[in-house]
Amino acid sequence: MNDVISVHDVGQTFVGRDGSKVTALQNVDLKLRRHEFVSLIGPSGCGKSTILRLIAGLLRPSEGEIKIYGMPVLEPRDEIGMVFQRPTLLPWANVVDNITFPMKHKHGRVDDRDRKRARDLLSMTGLADFAERNPSELSGGMQQRVAIARSLLHDPDILLMDEPFSALDSLTRDEMSLELLRIWTERPKTVVFVTHSIQEALLLSDRIVVMSARPGRVAEIIEVPFARPRTIDTLADPAFNAMANEMRIKLFSRGKE
Amino acid sequence: MSERRKNLLLAAMDRHLAIVVFIGVVAVWELACRALQIPQFILPAPSAIGASMVEMNLHRWIEHAWTTLSVALTGYFCAILIALPLAIGIVKSRFLSRLVLPWLVVIQSTPIIAVAPILVVTLGTGSLPKVVITTLITFFPIVIATATGLAAVPPELVELSRSLRAPIRRQYLQIRLPYAAPFIFGALKVGVTLSIIGAVVAEFVAAETGLGYLILFSTSSFKVPTAFASLTILVVISLLLYGLVDLLHRRFVSWQ
Repeated sequence: MNDVISVHDVGQTFVGRDGSKVTALQNVDLKLRRHEFVSLIGPSGCGKSTILRLIAGLLRPSEGEIKIYGMPVLEPRDEIGMVFQRPTLLPWANVVDNITFPMKHKHGRVDDRDRKRARDLLSMTGLADFAERNPSELSGGMQQRVAIARSLLHDPDILLMDEPFSALDSLTRDEMSLELLRIWTERPKTVVFVTHSIQEALLLSDRIVVMSARPGRVAEIIEVPFARPRTIDTLADPAFNAMANEMRIKLFSRGKE
Repeated sequence: MSERRKNLLLAAMDRHLAIVVFIGVVAVWELACRALQIPQFILPAPSAIGASMVEMNLHRWIEHAWTTLSVALTGYFCAILIALPLAIGIVKSRFLSRLVLPWLVVIQSTPIIAVAPILVVTLGTGSLPKVVITTLITFFPIVIATATGLAAVPPELVELSRSLRAPIRRQYLQIRLPYAAPFIFGALKVGVTLSIIGAVVAEFVAAETGLGYLILFSTSSFKVPTAFASLTILVVISLLLYGLVDLLHRRFVSWQ
């Protein structure tokens, strides 16, 4: 019962417009402890994002059950913050208004406390000077930082991240990963992180859930042995790279089966 | 120095290119009419058009222009009032979209000009049939553009909205409609010029006043300069309305 998120024997079947059925997930079991950082990795179409949306309560599972704090997820819940692959900020609103948008959208108003929190989050993500700017004036990496700040505004216990750095160039990507680690250390959260990058998963996660495609299943769960805090030096560690290579070979041979 | 002055002149020409071309065309037109002695009922010179404008009383012009403008604007606003909720309905409900879209296409494919006389028989000769015709011509592009814009919202933002369990009304007011604004304004600009076309078409069928009526009436008695004068005023009104909507577009969608 100490699990924050529990995915129990979940299957997901989508019915196409022509009536054909596609099984996206089958018999998925997954449990996340408090403040655990777990990555989902696997080939495209293995249902990683579907799991995220099931946990978020945006989808109802066709089979099985998903619980958060032991309670079945029947609709989206307040404890959850979401970050998507694209920043998807509102282009007409400045950075602060974008971060406070969830409050405006949910409650119809934004109070001074929300604005204060937004500015704190901006300082934490190193964007304090950009509060009044519009998203179009920011780089892709900065926009994604704003999106992360937006997801943290209501201080959620759970953070669901759907390939948040995959649209960024590789340098910015490493920088953002380390930044996310710093934020996560400062404000511990239970994180489900979908990614295509082995290195990213290894650097960030406590455990990596490797998935197989069509239908999506949990193929393997890998404990990541590297000590925290992980830094840029972790990326240079030979043991780190050896494990990354080993995983790459494993994933590759699984893909060919 | 003279090189620089030449550059300045060129830059000024470049900036006011449209006006320079316009003046050039009017000048060539005037000269051609005089040189070739083209009869007024075939092609009146700009000076003759100007003279015919002055010839008629100003308040008569205003009366005709106002008739046309009021029909156009009433039809335009009716079109907006119908189009926006209809577009939201189409985006919201697949059933409604399947029900309504074929009818929209049928209406759009119908030559409204051909329907106009029928509508006058059905609805009488007052301003009602004119407004209906204008609305019919105007609303289709607004519906389609608005529906396209509302559906063009990034799906992640819709998921964000759902994950916050925000009321659907706010999803439309705070996400979808602002996102659709550039699409909507694009259609509103096209729509406002269509509304003038609608009003003129309606006046061709049945009217006692209005600029469309004036064109029909003056050509029937070979007063072609008056027809051209009416046409000029129609173009000016249309341009002004377009400019006004464009101004609103820039004012409200400055982020684009």
